[in-house]
Amino acid sequence: MRVMVLVKATDDSEAGMRADPETTAMFEAMGRFNEELVKAGVMLAGDGLKPSSHGKRVAFDGPGRRVIDGPFAETRELVAGYWLWEVKDMEEALAWAKRCPNPMPGPSELEIRPLYEMADFQEILTPEVKEIHERTREKLAGS
Amino acid sequence: MAAGETRQAIEAVFRIERARLIGGLVRILRDVDQAEELAQDALVVALAEWPETGVPANPGAWLMTVARRRAIDALRRDRMRARKHEQIARDMDAEAGFAEETDPAAGGDPGDELLGLIFAACHPVLSADVRAALTLRVVGGLTTEEIARAFLASEPTIAQRIVRAKKTIARAGLGFEVPRGAARAARLASVLEVIYLIFNEGYAATAGEDLVRPDLCLEAQRLGRILAGLMPDEAEVLGLLALMEIQASRLAARVGPDGALLTLTEQNRARWDQLMIRRGLDALARAEALGGDGPYVLQAALAACHARARSPGDTDWPRIAALYDRLRVVMPSPVVDLNRAVAHSMAFGPETGLRLIDAIAGADALQGYAPLPAARGDCLFRAGRRAEARAQFEAAARLSRNARERAFLLARAEACD
Repeated sequence: MRVMVLVKATDDSEAGMRADPETTAMFEAMGRFNEELVKAGVMLAGDGLKPSSHGKRVAFDGPGRRVIDGPFAETRELVAGYWLWEVKDMEEALAWAKRCPNPMPGPSELEIRPLYEMADFQEILTPEVKEIHERTREKLAGS
Repeated sequence: MAAGETRQAIEAVFRIERARLIGGLVRILRDVDQAEELAQDALVVALAEWPETGVPANPGAWLMTVARRRAIDALRRDRMRARKHEQIARDMDAEAGFAEETDPAAGGDPGDELLGLIFAACHPVLSADVRAALTLRVVGGLTTEEIARAFLASEPTIAQRIVRAKKTIARAGLGFEVPRGAARAARLASVLEVIYLIFNEGYAATAGEDLVRPDLCLEAQRLGRILAGLMPDEAEVLGLLALMEIQASRLAARVGPDGALLTLTEQNRARWDQLMIRRGLDALARAEALGGDGPYVLQAALAACHARARSPGDTDWPRIAALYDRLRVVMPSPVVDLNRAVAHSMAFGPETGLRLIDAIAGADALQGYAPLPAARGDCLFRAGRRAEARAQFEAAARLSRNARERAFLLARAEACD
């Protein structure tokens, strides 16, 4: 199964990248961990995100669209980076996550979230919805 | 790390380490079966100790130390193995110690033992089926039951296959080192063949009710990714990985709501997995940068041409035709020749296609092969020679063994009027 592993933001990550020995050491450790993930065939993708001060939000309310500029409050709810992993089960994802070097100078968290897979949709899709998908397919095939 | 680890958590850690553990043990014991058993014993020790102590900082080294100690005990107990024992003792004296040896920073390549195990499990002395089963067992960590389900065989059949494979390896006195020099290329071809066989068993599903078994594709992709991590400079390894990632990108789009397989033209390209395509294209670019032009790199390049096309009309047929020109040199086969003829007909017109088809139509392998008259019919149809096209589509329909394909060919024959 595929999981997204979210690196939760902290005050440090929201403050932006610092050029200090501690950061360099963390990058080195993270590089080795990533290498291990790749060699185990686990890592599909991954990136770090700039602080939310570089980000924007689009808020929806009915037909309304409102753009909100970063930085955003509630730092603990923000994301500072992510991986996509292919693992057999949640236990394997946990085992890998525990091996990850602490991505932040202080206390921090990783959050592991399984992705929906085709089989999950099979149960949700009603025959009517399936038909819509089917029509789209036919149109695309005929184009 | 905190104590109180659950059994499940410990088993997950073990699964991550298992193949490397077996790879290390097999070098001492020269016996895959015993190596697998001792690895399992190490898990039992971990299950007894880790709930109290927590998972050690380097669980792989910990497990290896425990298993190695037991391996040496086992050898000591067995007087018949006295000679090997001396060898181990010598090896061990020569080593500075466990910690250094398993520490990646110590200079040795920790992936080497795993690679050696992969090469041994895929040794040409074993038949391809047997190699696939053994690789899934010792490298992939699948249970006999899981392998049996994947290959739609009974559990005893697979168990027997694996036992025989281990005995054959022991009898042949195979080394578990990574082959070097001239042997390396041939042995690597055998490894790639096994991984692609596992992938195709999932992708093409030659038997069973499901036309596609994605789990098996995933396992092959994982093996391909591991191999690419261990051999990052082998173009064909990257080529195979690229080929599998790109083909797997179509898994969700390949089966219609009625369960039938859809052709590339029929598939909803919006359902292609763009992450897999990107990974495939990346691996292909790395293979091409290494100067790769072997069968897997070229097949991946062909798959990439389709992956890059947003719609069937965007397909770069001249490029596909050129790739088939190269593929038939490194992988000569009448089927490749026929595909090449089709590609040339798409790129340069139906007359070119007909000329190439006529040139290969006499090949033994293409006699009674439905795609041959079907391709000829398509060229004739596009050249405006409707009556001849109709006869070819009808001939193809008679040869086809697939009901859905037959209906498609008959419909094309009808459309010739």
